[in-house]
Amino acid sequence: MELTSLPIHQLHDLMVKKEISCLELTRAYLDRISQIEERIKAFLTVTAEEALEQARKIDEQRARGEKLSPLAGIPVAVKDDICTAGIKTTCASKILYNYIPPVDATVVKKLKEAGSIIVGKSNMDEFSMGSSTENSAFYPTRNPFDYDRAPGGSSGGSAAAVAAGEAAFALGSDTGGGIRQPAAFCGVIGLKPTYGRVSRSGLISHASSLDQIGPFTSDVRDLAQILNVICGPDSQDSISAQVDVPDFTQSLTVDIKGLRIGLPREYFGVGLDSRIRAQIQEAAYKLEELGAICEEVSLPHTEYAVTAHYIISCAEASSNLARYDGVRYGLRVDTEDVLSMFKKTRAQGFGSEVKRRIMLGTLNLSAFYYDTYYSEALKVRTLNRHDFARAFEKYDCLLTPASLTTAFKLGEKAEDPLAMYQSNVCTLPANLAGLPAMSLPFGTIEGMPVGLQLIARHFDEETLLKVGYALEQINFS
Amino acid sequence: MSKYEAVIGLEVHVELKTNTKLYCGCSTAFGKEPNTQVCPVCLGLPGSTGVLNRKAVELATKAGLALNCEIETYTWFDRKNYYYPDLPKGYQISQVFRPIAHNGYLDIEVDGRNKRIHIRRAHLEEDPGKLTHSGSSITTSHSSCVDYNRSGIPLIEIVSEPEISSGAEAKAYLEKLKAILEYAGVSDVKMEQGSLRCDANVSVRPLGTSTLGTKTEIKNMNSFRAVERAIEYEIERQIEVLEDGGEIIQETRGWDENKGITVAMRNKENPDYRCFMDQEIAHIELTPEWIEGVRATLPELPDARRKRLIEEHGLPAYDAEIITSSLDLAEFFDAVYAEFPDAKTISNWIMGELLRLLNARNMELFEAKVTPKYFAKLLELIKKGTISNKIGKEVFEQMFETGQDPERIVKDKGLVQISDEGQLASILTEVIAKNPKSVADFQSGKEQALGFLVGQVMKATKGQANPGLVNSMLRKMLSQNNSG
Ligand SMILES: [Zn+2]
Repeated sequence: MELTSLPIHQLHDLMVKKEISCLELTRAYLDRISQIEERIKAFLTVTAEEALEQARKIDEQRARGEKLSPLAGIPVAVKDDICTAGIKTTCASKILYNYIPPVDATVVKKLKEAGSIIVGKSNMDEFSMGSSTENSAFYPTRNPFDYDRAPGGSSGGSAAAVAAGEAAFALGSDTGGGIRQPAAFCGVIGLKPTYGRVSRSGLISHASSLDQIGPFTSDVRDLAQILNVICGPDSQDSISAQVDVPDFTQSLTVDIKGLRIGLPREYFGVGLDSRIRAQIQEAAYKLEELGAICEEVSLPHTEYAVTAHYIISCAEASSNLARYDGVRYGLRVDTEDVLSMFKKTRAQGFGSEVKRRIMLGTLNLSAFYYDTYYSEALKVRTLNRHDFARAFEKYDCLLTPASLTTAFKLGEKAEDPLAMYQSNVCTLPANLAGLPAMSLPFGTIEGMPVGLQLIARHFDEETLLKVGYALEQINFS
Repeated sequence: MSKYEAVIGLEVHVELKTNTKLYCGCSTAFGKEPNTQVCPVCLGLPGSTGVLNRKAVELATKAGLALNCEIETYTWFDRKNYYYPDLPKGYQISQVFRPIAHNGYLDIEVDGRNKRIHIRRAHLEEDPGKLTHSGSSITTSHSSCVDYNRSGIPLIEIVSEPEISSGAEAKAYLEKLKAILEYAGVSDVKMEQGSLRCDANVSVRPLGTSTLGTKTEIKNMNSFRAVERAIEYEIERQIEVLEDGGEIIQETRGWDENKGITVAMRNKENPDYRCFMDQEIAHIELTPEWIEGVRATLPELPDARRKRLIEEHGLPAYDAEIITSSLDLAEFFDAVYAEFPDAKTISNWIMGELLRLLNARNMELFEAKVTPKYFAKLLELIKKGTISNKIGKEVFEQMFETGQDPERIVKDKGLVQISDEGQLASILTEVIAKNPKSVADFQSGKEQALGFLVGQVMKATKGQANPGLVNSMLRKMLSQNNSG
């Protein structure tokens, strides 16, 4: 079996047993990248030299007999909106085409301390605005299952890299489904932790109240190992939650007897591919066979979630992206005066979807429209939270599709921003409520992966892992 | 009597006395090389996240309490969005919707009349960077440089209700505000270092009406005196416009210190700051117990201190006002009083000599070398008659410059007062002999002539003669002469 298709815990065992060196492993991944990357385009930057140098260091540690941590020597792809010191971090935008951060994001620091090998920075929709990675200012990424299809987005590069064996795991960010929808499209696992569970320090903001970093993996055990490393409070991020981090590997058990799982009916309505509906129902039956109780539940305000999310995320983005003015870093279009420098820099630096959202967000926050749009959206957000809170009084976990369809064709929705936004209809309510949610592959339709989504209470990633682990075992059996 | 009345509100920005900035660990020290006190957070680099400085919250609370405000137990930061090169994030973090303090007041006195000016709100915010232009402004310059050392320095903005009616009241308000914040230890309140800045909203309306007139906002005032002058000018200007049948345009006007006028600044459209709640800085939750704990750390404030000087030390209100107008001066007074408990004499010397020299040299009290201990010793020397009041002033100048012990100055310079009657008698005899006309004048009833003769004695002794003694000896000798 190819090294690049093994899960992390197996790679770890091989290194511990000295059957492979970290250098060999890293080379295997870099070889895989040079072999397939031209077709996938998962990366914006491949950091081969840095990766090999890191690998040598890990091998020296092994030679000295030091104990390897579970992620030591494991190749990872990091989404290009997460800062890496000394390595270009562009958000797939022309406006940051040359930006090199001076410091690592907290998650990157943690991964480096754990010994992970960063093989590259993965492609994305510009500033995470999109659901297909077609909005990258540089090039689109292709779905490893079908090169004519989109890998999803915004973290499409990370999902595709893991699916194509170009990285053993990846980090992405999720503002409205940016991790879970591409995970579903590419047949990998993607988890958006509870808002505040993973430090946002070093994550380039899109919509600060919704953004959350999370991992992509090929199995649930790997997911637990990564969460053990990246979760936890951070003194650099005052929003990060002061909540203890459990050992997530303890949740890897098929014992889900008596677990109550709700299937919110609003997620199974118009627009859902009936074959996906059937798959999710199949998953529910299987979970019931293991002793879980699956019932229909209602989240009545779900239909307003897309609009509220769109208003809030655009509003926050219009402010978060104001700093790209050409004064300090990134693209600067020189002109006679400062005002036209601002204007031309931003006109040339941002792509059309980013401009559209900045304009909408600016409008939403303007004195004239604030009450009509932004205030109303915040109210919907509260109702949405209450919906979930009520459901979680009765259920431990919710089961939904991660996407209404399997991966769509490249170009299919590129000209229709609203349709593109609608493709996150299953995922964005969890962002509005700050809940942990996970996308897990469950079968295929015409060769394309189907993703199901699990949503749990705040800081209850453990239930996601537990149910995910059970479903994984069913899937393999 | 004017047919108009002015309605003035002041917005004062005060830098809080923290060691580090509002959201990062960079130093707030003044006057360092440009862009040496910066980090990813205060430069607004992508991905940077700030963490609120607890000390700033404490000082803002203290300021609010010192200004008799109510303190919010739950508040947060909002963003004010606008583009300017000195603003690294493209928005300023401020408190728009719920200021940490509101509904306070301070009392001022102008021309013997007391007035209470209410404070609408006091909120925390960050300072932007500082721009330096190659030309006169950003639009006319070939290039501009930005220094982000100031970026992220914690400020409180204190907004008064529009209850101020004149330039003099505005100045009194600022002086009182400065004193309160200085006493509370909240800020250095140095206008010249930019740790206190003031903008004024000015409008006028016909006396007896209640609708507000159109207001203008006055900026660029660099001293309290400038605020007073600018407001007086603006009131006159607005009245003139109205008298000529014109209309006041709502605009921002800059104070031109040299010409003594306000000038319309490049007319910006009323900006829409698109304010909304910031999502990156944790909200502020204060318990009533914590707030009371901060209140307990408040020192005696200017009004209380002033009252104490009047009631306990018997100082006239005017003296007490001046001495308590700055914390340094009030502390100096108390230190002198501890060694020399004669309040009025101390006050006379502080207001007469100390403040005169400070003003003449354009110095602050902390820059003068004289210590309260030696100051007290000097007053003691005068009281004992070792030196005269006049010599005392001379000694004081030297103490002021050098910080020396007055006793030593007196000794080194041989300034001890001559109170020996034998020694004085020969000098007096000589003066009487040299000035027969004045002697005759005095003896014919012209009292002033005695003053002249005393002066001659002082001159002959280089001021060291004990003037009281000289006076009585002269009277005695001249009446003897007359009868003899
Ligand atoms: Zn800083």
